[in-house]
Amino acid sequence: MADERRSFLELRNVIKIFPASRQRALLHALGPLDLELERGEFFAVVGPSGCGKSTLLELIAGLTPATEGSIEFEGRGIAGEAPDGIGVVFQDDASLPWLNVADNVAFGLRRIKLGSEQKNERVRNVLDLVGLSDFSTSYPAQLSGGMRQRVCIARTLVMQPTLILLDEPFGALDQQTRLLMGDELLRMWRQTKATVFLITHALDEATMLADRIGVMSARPGRLIDIVKTGWPRERDSRIIEHGDFGAITARLWKSLREESLKTIGRSAGNGTGPR
Amino acid sequence: MSRIAWYRLLVVAGAIALLEVLCTAGVIDRITMQPPHLIARDLFRMLVSGRMNGAIVKTLSNTLLALVLALVVGIVVGASLHRFRALRDTLDPLFATYYAVPVFAFYPFFIVVFGLGDLPQVLIAFMLGVVAVIVNTLNGLDRVPAVLMKTARIMRLSPADTALRVTLPSAGPYIVTGIKLAVAYAFIGVIGSEFIMSRGGIGYEISYAYTSFDNATMYPLIVLILLASVAINAVLSGWERRLLARRGMR
Repeated sequence: MADERRSFLELRNVIKIFPASRQRALLHALGPLDLELERGEFFAVVGPSGCGKSTLLELIAGLTPATEGSIEFEGRGIAGEAPDGIGVVFQDDASLPWLNVADNVAFGLRRIKLGSEQKNERVRNVLDLVGLSDFSTSYPAQLSGGMRQRVCIARTLVMQPTLILLDEPFGALDQQTRLLMGDELLRMWRQTKATVFLITHALDEATMLADRIGVMSARPGRLIDIVKTGWPRERDSRIIEHGDFGAITARLWKSLREESLKTIGRSAGNGTGPR
Repeated sequence: MSRIAWYRLLVVAGAIALLEVLCTAGVIDRITMQPPHLIARDLFRMLVSGRMNGAIVKTLSNTLLALVLALVVGIVVGASLHRFRALRDTLDPLFATYYAVPVFAFYPFFIVVFGLGDLPQVLIAFMLGVVAVIVNTLNGLDRVPAVLMKTARIMRLSPADTALRVTLPSAGPYIVTGIKLAVAYAFIGVIGSEFIMSRGGIGYEISYAYTSFDNATMYPLIVLILLASVAINAVLSGWERRLLARRGMR
């Protein structure tokens, strides 16, 4: 059993360096970076483009090992293998076009030892949760982008993860759909009691959704600020009317402005550094 | 049926009607060709009498065997090559120029080595088809979205499960293109080799009828091959269309 006092997810002194290869020079992508997540919280990460946000998510997901430092999830180390209990939703559409919605959602259940009736029950519940019950026999190509992303969220939720990592999951959707998907995400977060780690480039989205927001620097990405929103657990997109909403978003932008300028200055200048 | 499909049918029917007119009017003489209605009658009689059943079974079973071999070997080799970059880079130019090689040139050599049985014909048909399957499998695997591979890793699928449940299905429409080509090549390989040298099969029977001026056998057999390949192609195209439609690709 994990020590109760240990934090849910703990990153210590994590550094990620991509070694030089024939295609590109050595790249110091991330860190050193420390971060602790509490069980059940909604944590968002914002940062300038190319700052290593997605790399951070891939490190936690076990898709790539850290060059230095340690990552512990529920007291167990993560080193380049996807751990049980962590689910990931990517920005790109990851629905499987040859399977219908129900089969897409059930995709990961194969390696779980459960009777088929229990599996079907889980799929039904999750489809209900994401509002796709009427589309269980539809194929992804018949659905809108937002619905396809909900299929991917359902496929993650059906595994009953305790930590859900989302990499700009609404990045490809229009603004209204994003707001509504945000509401749904908040609802699922409350119902599943999972911890959510959300990467986004939209400051208002981070402010609207998260309990805490980590602000990352330009590359190599480090956490330069952590902002607490102080929202109640029961909330939805109407929180944007709250008096503090503007102030929090403004604080995020204040921290980020300098860093974003660095990124732009770099890309407008002579590339990523000396060759 | 769509308007275009009706037009297509009209073109085919028109061509047959034209042949019928030219043959019965004597513009095309009887030694050159039979009028279509006689070909149809002879084909019907031939099938009812069963005298070609042996040849038909031999050709179809050899074609099927070559096809299955080309598919299994082609998909396995394609999937393996996709994992070994260096080997693939080595072989890619060979695949690109492969169809410039007249495979039939090897047929006499195969007969010398394997004898005048079915094996050389199956081998020729296999060699014609297998590279089309390899190339199309590779093509499809190149197009598997990176996010699906990440998903497979998150789900901790084994390499075999990743291939069977993610990459190959994702490459499915391209593999079907390879299958369609392999079917055509398998027919060409088997019937072509039967023409050149063999002891039976539809190709052999056509060639035999040709040398003995037996138009009442030759034309019905040619039509039989035409009908068979059109039918198989229609089935495969329908399958491909449904596959693509499901993915919103057509």
